[in-house]
Amino acid sequence: MLQIKNLHANINGKEILKGLSLTVRPGEIHAIMGPNGAGKSTLASVLSGNQAFEVTKGDVIFYGKNLLELSPEDRSREGIFLSFQYPVEIPGVSMVNFMRTALNEHRKYKNLEPMSATDFLRTMREKKELVEMNSNLANRSVNEGFSGGEKKKNEIFQMAMLDPRLSILDETDSGLDIDALRIVANGVNKLKTPENASIVITHYQRLLDYIVPDFVHVLYDGRIVKSGGKELALELEEKGYDWIKKEVDGE
Amino acid sequence: MEQQYIDLYKEHHESIKKHSAEVMNELRDNSFAQFEKLRFPTVMLENYKYSDLKTPLAIDYGLNINRIPIPVNPYDVFKCDVPGINSYLFFVVNDAFYPVNEPRNKKLPKGVIIGSINEVASSHPELLKDYYGKLSKTKNDGLVAFNGAFAQDGFFMYVPKNVVLDKPIQLVNIMRSDVNFMANSHNLIILEEGAKAQFLICDHTVDDVNFLSNRVTEVFVGENATYEHYKLENTHTKTTNLSTLLIDQRASSNVTANVITLHNGITRNTIEIDLDGEHCETLLCGMVIGDKNQQVDNFTSIIHNKPNCNSRELFKYVLDDLSKGGFTGKLYVAKDAQKTSAFQTNRNILLNKTAKMRTKPQLEIYADDVKCSHGATIGQLDETAKFYMQSRGISESEARLLLMFAFTNDVIENIRIPALQDRIKLLVEKRLRGELSKCEGCVICQ
Repeated sequence: MLQIKNLHANINGKEILKGLSLTVRPGEIHAIMGPNGAGKSTLASVLSGNQAFEVTKGDVIFYGKNLLELSPEDRSREGIFLSFQYPVEIPGVSMVNFMRTALNEHRKYKNLEPMSATDFLRTMREKKELVEMNSNLANRSVNEGFSGGEKKKNEIFQMAMLDPRLSILDETDSGLDIDALRIVANGVNKLKTPENASIVITHYQRLLDYIVPDFVHVLYDGRIVKSGGKELALELEEKGYDWIKKEVDGE
Repeated sequence: MEQQYIDLYKEHHESIKKHSAEVMNELRDNSFAQFEKLRFPTVMLENYKYSDLKTPLAIDYGLNINRIPIPVNPYDVFKCDVPGINSYLFFVVNDAFYPVNEPRNKKLPKGVIIGSINEVASSHPELLKDYYGKLSKTKNDGLVAFNGAFAQDGFFMYVPKNVVLDKPIQLVNIMRSDVNFMANSHNLIILEEGAKAQFLICDHTVDDVNFLSNRVTEVFVGENATYEHYKLENTHTKTTNLSTLLIDQRASSNVTANVITLHNGITRNTIEIDLDGEHCETLLCGMVIGDKNQQVDNFTSIIHNKPNCNSRELFKYVLDDLSKGGFTGKLYVAKDAQKTSAFQTNRNILLNKTAKMRTKPQLEIYADDVKCSHGATIGQLDETAKFYMQSRGISESEARLLLMFAFTNDVIENIRIPALQDRIKLLVEKRLRGELSKCEGCVICQ
């Protein structure tokens, strides 16, 4: 599904990703952990097409297509979804309008007719229940005045609406209380199928109690320096990142 | 450039007067004397520094002093902008009230008088004599004085005490001429105590010539009366629209004014609202969508003369290409106008580096127990919001559109005629998409 090979990326001339490689296959959940400043969020930004980052080297292939050549909107239409660490407030743009526009652009890309108003509203209703979202959300502006928890639920709601092939959850657990965390994780688990995959970026192991990864990777200094099963996350939780830093820096 | 008009007046003032009612003529010579002194405003004047009118005023325009009827079928032109709003419908062509046989207008509530100001001035001089020119004659403004000297007709509306108009009054102002043309219309609107009216004025141009409209509208809003004023401008790029709106509010009256420029050439709106009684409510809004070489300057004044009044002001501009915007928000709070509450906001988006916006809050507060605030911003579209939308599959152009539309939304929300609000939403969206929302009669906009 996704092959990242030797990816290098800069922001403002500073190299953040320094040769990152990763392969994701359908049905897999990959957790990416690592200390602050390792490049976790940069990876998410580069995959989603944020122009602030410049890719200097490497390839990202998604279902045979060169992802780096696609605009952010085409990446989304190809089935990549980024759940933002800090979802953006858009005053004046209603959730309904935003979601309908997005969904219909996805459909247009697949040469499908726009969804009818009734079908759309029914889909909205179903997907809202998935994340136990407040029902008056539809009339509100995108993320405006939402609490931290509501914003994260809204990300998963959008993910449910757009049904991506690969979802990237960037620090989805940050700023969540335990109830919201459970709801968000439940939502993600319910959306799981053998055909789609997720990359879960997190600093703490906490989220991985709810979303159980098949692989855990440690990102440090712009590269994946260690990979393992879900038990690696527990080890990191217990021992912190210092031993990994020592291992790598001592090389 | 004033000289030709000065000569014209000196030579033809008898003809001008011959075709105009006595009430209008009474102020004429004085207005002319004022104009001779003031001349056309230039950017050297503080109040006009964002309105460079030199170029449009240098054009040689024809005036219709002898009131020759201009052939036009207003319904041909009016296939366009705001159809289907259930209104009483009237037309002014250039500066002449254009009588049409409109069945729906027969159901106007009893006592309401609507018609040509020139005709009403002859048939009901008593209605005009206390009001005509009362607000405009002291304005010390060259354009207003010019209007006083040359105005021969316009729209008149009188709503008697406690009469509520069940439907909006829609005035379609059409500019139609085969040669470069100047129109000086003078509108007068009177709401007696407790009356209620919604007024919508739509500006359109038809022919591919240069137009200059120099309009003065005086509005008197009596005690406890409620008045809504919507101005929708959708004219072509060769139009210069100079419009002075003067509103006088009496105690406990409520006024909403919303001026929307969707498409134009050069526009100058001078809006002055005088709060001359306690407990007045005033909401003044406006919106500009500008591109190409369009210029729009909204010069607004809200004058709090009496205590316990609330005013709120909100103007938003979206400017592209080489367009230029100007906004002045003058707020005057007199010494005795305690417990005034006045808030002003002007926010602007420049879509590129060549568009220009100049904005100036101008607060003069002489009372000491007031709540006043003002804020002005000039910025670009929010890039993070745009990226967020793109990351959901929304194309960049659609994301820009949604953001611009969202930006103007709160001005549109302040339109209290639902059908008009829906219509303007649609027009704004079309305009922002670059599908021009021009009327079908327009010939040169592209």
